Amino acid sequence: MSELFSLAFMQRALIAGVLTALTAGYYGVFVVQRGLSFLGSGLAHAAFGGVALALLLNQEPLWVAVPFTVIVALLITWVRERSGLGADTVIGIFFALAMALGIVFLSRIPTYATDAFAILFGSILTVSWADVTAAAVVTGVALATLPLWGNWAYATFDRETALADKLPVRRDDYLLSVLLAVTVVAAAKVVGIVLISAFLVIPAAAARLVTRRFSAMTLTAVVFGATAALAGLIGSYLLDLPSGATIILLQCLGFVGCLVVAWLKNH
Amino acid sequence: MYNMHAIVTTGLTVNLGIHRALEGVDLRVETGSFVVITGPNGAGKSTLLRVILGLVHFSTGSVQVFGKPPAQVSRDALAYVPQIKTLDRSFPALSCELVASGFCHRWPWRVSHQAHSAAVEALELVGGVHLAHRPLSELSGGELQRVYLARALVREPSLILLDEPATGIDMAGESDMYRILDDYHRHRTVTILMVTHDALAAQYHASHALLLNRRVISYGPAREALAAEQLGQAFGHGMHTHLNCDCERGGDV
Repeated sequence: MSELFSLAFMQRALIAGVLTALTAGYYGVFVVQRGLSFLGSGLAHAAFGGVALALLLNQEPLWVAVPFTVIVALLITWVRERSGLGADTVIGIFFALAMALGIVFLSRIPTYATDAFAILFGSILTVSWADVTAAAVVTGVALATLPLWGNWAYATFDRETALADKLPVRRDDYLLSVLLAVTVVAAAKVVGIVLISAFLVIPAAAARLVTRRFSAMTLTAVVFGATAALAGLIGSYLLDLPSGATIILLQCLGFVGCLVVAWLKNH
Repeated sequence: MYNMHAIVTTGLTVNLGIHRALEGVDLRVETGSFVVITGPNGAGKSTLLRVILGLVHFSTGSVQVFGKPPAQVSRDALAYVPQIKTLDRSFPALSCELVASGFCHRWPWRVSHQAHSAAVEALELVGGVHLAHRPLSELSGGELQRVYLARALVREPSLILLDEPATGIDMAGESDMYRILDDYHRHRTVTILMVTHDALAAQYHASHALLLNRRVISYGPAREALAAEQLGQAFGHGMHTHLNCDCERGGDV
């Protein structure tokens, strides 16, 4: 097993996977408690559109997918704020739009099948040093925003009282949606677009089951996400399974474990 | 500087989309008053609170809170108690954390010693020290209302704004809430504005009443402002029968 840590592609996958899992676990607690779990799916499909555009333009996927997904995230937040429509409706519309655009872009490329498969389901073989750098930057930004945790948590609990306390709640909504978009794109290579929203949702949901304080939930989600990513990547290498699916299956196993623990505590 | 008036509005008009929520509201609330705000649904009661909090922009007129525009008022001066029925009970939090959030103006990662002492002191005022380490999800409506009151009192505010605080709690909980507010009001220089549908209960506690139906129908000492004639004007029927029979509470008046 030790040889897997010496393989360059595994090193890249492990670093990118664990870093993005840490970050997704952190942002995930806000996503879950704000009832925005569907946002993860919406942004993932926006990332698909962005990656497809990059392939069409023959560019490095990250440089196109990041701005593309960020623009969709901002549009979702803006339309939600202005239109009075439910978050799920607005996300659903942009989800479909980005996916449709992605399919149109891919249809214009003669040989897209392999690339598309890698985007949709993740492939540790395709993780480049650029992806590792992106994961490191995303984690660095998350660390830099740690002082905002208290404001975000406050607005997550009760937006109205946070506004009444003159916190910059609207600015933070946009900031959080941009950070989520970037995290989703950074994690796409390892987990795949199809499963990436689980990266945001499952660790936070599992943590919610076994904690009584939001700070404990945040810490648990981060540790849970990173552990599942590490174990999932090693498992996928040893058992020759797709990396994203292996990580998510382990997360689901952990979630069931947390359900049992919560049930035992309550009975 | 001591302000004679906690709140002064002049010709306050608020449009929410195409709906006119408040129209030409002139109001002078003296510092230290306990004002109950009542009126029919859609009368602009909650909107008025939200304007004072700086959450809603007004179209015309002016609003001064302690002599300043709402956006410039220190956040320590104001405490807001929202409707508890709108709260997210699934949020993992202990009561003392919620109270401490009122002290720190942010959610505490760890409740500091200073914030914890302040939270316990505020919980003592509402008779809720035993709730300090209980999760919010395990509290009854009445208990949660006490914790929310403690969250408001912990910052020793000059102005407390409550939005239908009796909704979702039982009679005993409501009477506890009034006792806590009455006690606090008696011992501190604090102005209280409370939106309620239950004018009957409120008139025994409030010093003043504001009867609103987008415009000011009446404002003054509670019993005078809530006289039958004014209520009839606001609600369009003889509310005095309800007020005198002591048989309806909690619903629309």
